[in-house]
Amino acid sequence: MTAPLLEIQGLGKRFGGFVALDNINLSVAPQERVGLIGPNGSGKSTLVNCICGTLRNETGTVRFEGKAMDGLLAHERTRLGMARSFQLPRPFKTLTVAENLRVPLLYTVDARSGSKLSQRELDERCMELLALVGLADKAWQYPGDLTQVEMRKLELARAMAAEPKLLIADESMAGLSHSEVDDILALLVRLNERGITIIMIEHIMRAVMTFSQRVIVLVSGKKIADGLPEDVIRDPEVVGAYLGQ
Amino acid sequence: MRQSTFILGAVVLAIALFFAPRVLENDYIFFAGYVVLQYIVLATAWNILGGYCGYVNFGSAAFFALGAYTAVAIHKFSPMPMPLLIVAGGIISGLVGLGMGYLTLRLRGVFFAIASLAMAVVMQTLVINWDYVGGSRGAYIIRPQQVEIFSYQLPYIQYLFAWMLFLAVASLVIARTIERSKLGYGFATIRDDEQAAEACGVPTLRLKLIATTMSGALMGMAGAPFPYYIGYLEPASAFSLTYAVNSIAMPMIGGTTSWVGPLIGAVLLGTVQQVATVTISSAVNLLLVGILLVVFVIIAPNGIMGAVQAWQRKRRKA
Ligand SMILES: Nc1ncnc2c1ncn2[C@@H]1O[C@H](COP(=O)(O)OP(=O)(O)OP(=O)(O)O)[C@@H](O)[C@H]1O
Ligand SMILES: [Mg+2]
Repeated sequence: MTAPLLEIQGLGKRFGGFVALDNINLSVAPQERVGLIGPNGSGKSTLVNCICGTLRNETGTVRFEGKAMDGLLAHERTRLGMARSFQLPRPFKTLTVAENLRVPLLYTVDARSGSKLSQRELDERCMELLALVGLADKAWQYPGDLTQVEMRKLELARAMAAEPKLLIADESMAGLSHSEVDDILALLVRLNERGITIIMIEHIMRAVMTFSQRVIVLVSGKKIADGLPEDVIRDPEVVGAYLGQ
Repeated sequence: MRQSTFILGAVVLAIALFFAPRVLENDYIFFAGYVVLQYIVLATAWNILGGYCGYVNFGSAAFFALGAYTAVAIHKFSPMPMPLLIVAGGIISGLVGLGMGYLTLRLRGVFFAIASLAMAVVMQTLVINWDYVGGSRGAYIIRPQQVEIFSYQLPYIQYLFAWMLFLAVASLVIARTIERSKLGYGFATIRDDEQAAEACGVPTLRLKLIATTMSGALMGMAGAPFPYYIGYLEPASAFSLTYAVNSIAMPMIGGTTSWVGPLIGAVLLGTVQQVATVTISSAVNLLLVGILLVVFVIIAPNGIMGAVQAWQRKRRKA
């Protein structure tokens, strides 16, 4: 067994008196495709925020490539190779769509390799990424001119631009049409084949079931299941949690 | 436009701006022009933090005043050449900017604005109680009539004007360079969404410190020659509300997202104020600023440059 890429031990997070995450343990192997599911408000996005350093967890540790992430700021974790999309798209609204992708290229890819991409290389990479998610013709528009769906694609492209080892996609497919979901799934699988580990948070079960090699279920801040997709959806506790909703 | 072309163009224009009033043989133009140039520096400096990063600084007057008082303190000790005073003023105000950045790192929006204002009040109180630079009584600076440059006698006001012209060009070049650089993109992401910026690898805290330091340093440099211009420096005039208000109003009216905005705003408002000072009285200056701000908030909330860009975008779409 290879060493895990991501390892979470005893992670806990509270908002005031409310326990959002309670003693979460999980690990993700390199190049794995993991689905993270759970009812609304179960703590999925909060977990992503704690992994990536957007929020501080009170207890437990996050390890990435064996290194404890305690005290590391979000941008430091991004440079080490984590990238995430936000569930509610958070584009840089005063920058064009193409410029939005420039930011991770300049601040993560450049910073990591220690060499500077030329203007032309930057432009090429931006256009490549936009073509991948189907936004090439919107490159010079501002995020404000995009539809919600296009903004999700931009959000995903921006996370991909950072050339991560681990990509966490937080509901990138909400609102997408059937064929668009297939496009994004195919894209994520392609990225995965290139060696990127992917955690996908999704409510669209069809997407979760086709994509994931393993599914983790959160309910009310607790992990209640972790295993093969077909086993997990038959788990009585998981079924109960979803029906109970 | 290439950077080198831009700098060359700016220098040529600056030289023309220096020699034109000399041809007219009117020193008043130098006195009035100095103030406009000083506002170009202040507005551009404010915009690096306020426009690019989205942090509204209400304490500009303090950075300006600290530059001025640094010059006074050095002058009292022993008169020094102007470039040295400018550098010293920049260093002191830059350090105060860095300190303010550190203390207010976690404050956003209106809380940052209030903290910057509080910082200005503290600084003013310190200076009022600092006897060496005259305390609340103020300090006189006897400025020379002329300076000798290559055995040519240049009237002192023209000498001050030339330095402020240099600072104005320098700050515009700096602002324009930032805008097109990695730093500029980083600043823009801070303005738009700090958490998303961090997620993209932007070290937001460090960038904010760079912005507060640069902004403060430029304001301090603008303040250093001021005691020589005014001849008598007192806390009330150095820390005047006018500087704080103008530094905000000028970029807002011109437009905050590009280096052109503060330039346009400073030239426009600065000139209007100079004319009003001569024709009516200096007391109406702040009133004028207030009226113009209200007008702009209603008709062009993103300033003149913002309106122009919106118009261009609409035309491109059509
Ligand atoms: N910043 C915050 N302050 C207070 N409570 C929060 C905060 N962020 C999340 N919560 C609460 O924590 C709980 C978990 O939220 P989270 O966004 O992680 O859920 P989720 O599983 O991502 O849900 P969804 O499927 O709707 O995206 C919710 O009850 C939410 O109200
Ligand atoms: Mg969520």
